[in-house]
Amino acid sequence: MLKLRVGITTLIGLFASFSAFAENGIDERINLAIKPFADAVAGAVFSSFPVAGVQIPFVLVWLIVAATIFTFYFKFINLRAFKHGFELVRGDYHDPKAAGEVTHFQALATALSGTVGLGNIAGVAVAVSLGGPGATFWMILAGFLGMSSKFTECTLGVKYRNELPDGTVSGGPMYYLTKGLAEKGTNFARLGKVLAVMFAIFCVGGSFGGGNMFQANQSFSQLVNVTGGDASWLADKGWLFGLVIAALVGLVIMGGIKGIARVTSKIVPFMAIVYVLAGLAIILMNIKLVPSAFGAIFNGAFTAEGIGGGVIGVLFQGFKRAAFSNEAGVGSAAIAHSAVKTNRPVTEGFVALYEPFVDTIVVCTITALVIIITGTWDPSVDPSAGVQLTSRAFESAFSWFPYVLTIAVLLFAFSTMISWSYYGLKSWTFLFGENKLTDASYKILFLFFVVIGSSMQLGSVIDFSDAMIFAMAFPNLLGCYFLLPMVKKELDEYWADYKSGKLVKTRLS
Amino acid sequence: MSSVLMVGIDCSECGDRAIAYAVDQAKRSNSKLFIAHVIEWSPFSFSTVQENFERHKRREEELKRANSEVIDPVVNKLKEKGLDVEGLVRHGNVADTLHELAIENGVTNIILGRQGTSKLKKHVFGSVGSQLVQAAECPVTVVP
Repeated sequence: MLKLRVGITTLIGLFASFSAFAENGIDERINLAIKPFADAVAGAVFSSFPVAGVQIPFVLVWLIVAATIFTFYFKFINLRAFKHGFELVRGDYHDPKAAGEVTHFQALATALSGTVGLGNIAGVAVAVSLGGPGATFWMILAGFLGMSSKFTECTLGVKYRNELPDGTVSGGPMYYLTKGLAEKGTNFARLGKVLAVMFAIFCVGGSFGGGNMFQANQSFSQLVNVTGGDASWLADKGWLFGLVIAALVGLVIMGGIKGIARVTSKIVPFMAIVYVLAGLAIILMNIKLVPSAFGAIFNGAFTAEGIGGGVIGVLFQGFKRAAFSNEAGVGSAAIAHSAVKTNRPVTEGFVALYEPFVDTIVVCTITALVIIITGTWDPSVDPSAGVQLTSRAFESAFSWFPYVLTIAVLLFAFSTMISWSYYGLKSWTFLFGENKLTDASYKILFLFFVVIGSSMQLGSVIDFSDAMIFAMAFPNLLGCYFLLPMVKKELDEYWADYKSGKLVKTRLS
Repeated sequence: MSSVLMVGIDCSECGDRAIAYAVDQAKRSNSKLFIAHVIEWSPFSFSTVQENFERHKRREEELKRANSEVIDPVVNKLKEKGLDVEGLVRHGNVADTLHELAIENGVTNIILGRQGTSKLKKHVFGSVGSQLVQAAECPVTVVP
């Protein structure tokens, strides 16, 4: 414990001295140094092709096509298993002998706390601004289709997880890509190893980027916004904010001070509910405007009046927001969900259907409706100022809401960082082996990026962050395509049992 | 109909009076006696990714500790007195789980001490005893 304290103090000292330099222009130099690399990577991942005048990134097509194919392959499992998924989350099929293990509810709640965040709040504002209200329709559609991707990857995550002798569990795309594809033969086994390594590398990148720097940066931005914008005392103290957050995150991931994470994991769902209730309140208060809002949504979705890029442009904004927000197909959720205790992997797939449902179809849509109803969408919005737009939208109804939103954003960002630090750690140790050195080296790097994320003007680094997360979808979905028959087998067997009444429905006490 | 008794305890020294009462009853009616301990746990709690991955391991540790520190001392002591005694440990909500265990094991009478619950919880949720008295399907005896 003392060694840890000394270690953390040293780190903070190092960061402080680094950041002191950062204040004086080193950040500019680093920005310039990283920029070409960041841009090259982002450019590669987001390489796009023009459709009707709009540049569509290939990776987006990759995600949506997979989601669509999976939806049809599993015959709309997102609809068929919706009710049963709810029953599972509620605990109707809970085995009393398994009391004390991770339940479906807990796995889902944990995964959700990792994905619900700034994408739902800030990203939606940008999408609706750039794509008009019609983007909401495509966003809901993408969320609906994405449920099938989550179903597939989370079923695989549980099926091919590793259970270590000491009782700890490890799961995720790294494991189903290696173990799962190996079941199909030696050539596939080799492909599986390659894909798993690719995934692990991108996941580490994602954990430093979208799961870390982006969160730190955006939550700082909202904090500055709510304390007076440019006139705020905090305005140029991103490094300080970064240090504080790094210290808190460090206490959790290195100091083992679970208390902070535990407190956060209890507050985050509460904040999410507050956010949803506030949104619903605004919608209900303006219930007369709701029909016209939906009218605008459908109109905009298919006619795209006045939107650059026409219907394709609107579609693009909606799909992009859904994909970014619920991460369906990216594989990170498969890591979180694989911790559940169950003998039937497909049950967690059913439960995972609720993730894009809650994240995109519920929370994102509520945000979109609030923005449309309050008329605060602004086509000239700067993508990095998305959270301010949402803030303004809520503020028009509840003047105190920006403060609540700031707290919510900070908490969401913090919990997302904790979750992604774990995803990245698992990927890092998958690549470099599991020992004290690899463990510590990853965590120190992670904290380093927290400080960088808050201190710097993100621009191209935001693109890099997102690029890494999306790059994960390449190996993940490719592997999923090959593993579809495995999932189908699990699904068919379970569904037969379910329909024939063989499954034991217990009352959860 | 033979009776089966179950005593719910929080720790190995708590509920001494409840255990004594149960032992007395068990001897008189020649009944089987269960000593039950519930580890507080909720299926609806919120946790981090890391906690979930470590949960299984933690659970095993918790069960082992509950058995060695709470149940075994009591069970062994009672076995020495020649009683037909068995220990039960499970995670969950205390009142609900005690009830569940009672049903599973055909318990005819649940015996509890009065002190078990923290003061705050008692005011908000009612003590374990009062919850069980209201909801159980068999007689519940609360020993002061």
